[in-house]
Amino acid sequence: MNLNVVKKSPWILHYDGTSCNGCDIEVLACLTPLYDVERFGIINTGNPKHADILLITGSVNEQNIPVVKQLYEQMPEPKAVVAVGICATSGGIFAECYNVAGGVDKVIPVDVYVPGCAARPESIIDGVVKALDILAEKKKAMPKKRIGEK
Amino acid sequence: MMSVLRIIGIIILAPVVGGLLTGIDRVITARMQGRQGPPVLQPFYDVLKLMQKESIEVNSMHRFFVYVSMVFAVFTTVIMLSGGDILLAIFALTLGSVFFVLGGYASNSPYNTIGSERELLQIMAYEPMVLLTCIGLYYAEKSFFIKDIVMADKPSILYLPGVFIGLVFVLTFKLRKSPFDLSMSHHGHQEIVKGITTEYSGKDLAVIEVTHWYEVIISLSLVYVFFATSAPGSHVVAAIVCLGVYLFEIIVDNCAARLKWQHALNSAWIVTGVMGTVNLVILSFFMK
Repeated sequence: MNLNVVKKSPWILHYDGTSCNGCDIEVLACLTPLYDVERFGIINTGNPKHADILLITGSVNEQNIPVVKQLYEQMPEPKAVVAVGICATSGGIFAECYNVAGGVDKVIPVDVYVPGCAARPESIIDGVVKALDILAEKKKAMPKKRIGEK
Repeated sequence: MMSVLRIIGIIILAPVVGGLLTGIDRVITARMQGRQGPPVLQPFYDVLKLMQKESIEVNSMHRFFVYVSMVFAVFTTVIMLSGGDILLAIFALTLGSVFFVLGGYASNSPYNTIGSERELLQIMAYEPMVLLTCIGLYYAEKSFFIKDIVMADKPSILYLPGVFIGLVFVLTFKLRKSPFDLSMSHHGHQEIVKGITTEYSGKDLAVIEVTHWYEVIISLSLVYVFFATSAPGSHVVAAIVCLGVYLFEIIVDNCAARLKWQHALNSAWIVTGVMGTVNLVILSFFMK
C-alpha cells in the first residue's frame, strides 16, 4: 500500500539545461491528449518543492551547474532524476564543447537515462515509469537512513 | 453521545466526499480536454504520497499557520453540517483563510508573498457576497441557524434568487477555479510557480489539500441551504443542485482564462452590489 502510493502520483519538475528544445517539445507532448500522462497521476509541477521526479533535457554547462544542483537540493526526499535525450545522458554531440560539462550525471546522481535525439514521448513515459520503481526503493530505504543518521 | 458520533462522522466523511468530488472534477476536466484523465481516487493518492514525503521547513510559523487554518475549516464544516449558526461558520471560515494568508507571508518567499497578496484580494472579493448571503437568509427565514433555515416551508431560493446567483459567482473564488484562481490554481502550474503553496511540501501540502476538500463541502453546503425545506424531497433536489453548481464551476473553469486581479475584484463587487443588494432591497419591501 505504502509503496504503491509513491508510485501512483509522481509529480514532475522539468528543467531545460542546454537543450535545443527538441526534447522539451517531446516532454510537453506527453501532456497532450495523445499521450496524456495524467492517466498515471503525473503532473508537471514547475516547482521543485512539490516534485518527485526531476526531468532534465540537454547537457549541463558551466553556467547552469549551480541551478541544477539547487533544483535537486530543493526537492524533498524521496526523489529521482531522469535524464531525457542523448545530450542529458552524455553530452551528445556537444560533449566536446569548451563550455559543456557533459551529461547531467557529472553534477547530480541520475537514476534513469532516456537516450534519443529527440527522445520519443513513449520512451520518456517509459523512463518515468522506470523511475517510479527507483522512487519506491528509495522510499523503502528512507527510514533506515534516518536511523543511521541519528 | 449521538452528537459526538455525528461530529466525528462529519469530520471523517466531509473530506472523503470532498476528495471524491475533486477526483471527479479532474476526470471531467480531462474528458473536456479530450484526455482520459487520472483515476477518480487520484486526489487521495496524491495526499497519501505527500504524507510520506519529506516536509521541508522554512520556519516553524510557516507550517503552524497551515495547521491552524485546517482546524478552522474543520470547525466551520462541523458547524454548518450540524445545523449551527451560519454567521459563526462564515467568520470561522474567514479566520481560517486569514491564517492561511499569514502562513504564506511567514515564508518570506517572493512567490508565496505574491500568492498571499492575491489570496487577500480574493478574500476581499468574495467576503461581502458571503456576508450578504447570511443576511439574506436571515431576512427570508428569520434565523441564522441552518437547522431552522432548512426546515422552512418554502425554499430560500424563492426569496433570494439574486443572492444565489451572486453566491455561485463568488464560489468560483472559494473553489479556486478559473477565471478567479489568482492565488493558487490546480492547472496553472507554471504561473508564479504555485502561488501561495510554493514553499510547502510533504505533509504541509497534504494538509492544504485536505483543507481545500473541507472548503469544497462548505461551499456546496451554502448552496444546499438555499433549496432544502421541511419536505424530504427538497433535500434530494438540493443535493442535485449542489452537484449541478459544481459541474457548472468545472465548465467555467475550463472555458475561462485567469483574470487580472483588478477585473476579478471589480466584477465580484459589481455582482455583489447588483445581485445581492438589489435582492435584499426588494426583499425588505415584501418582508415588512
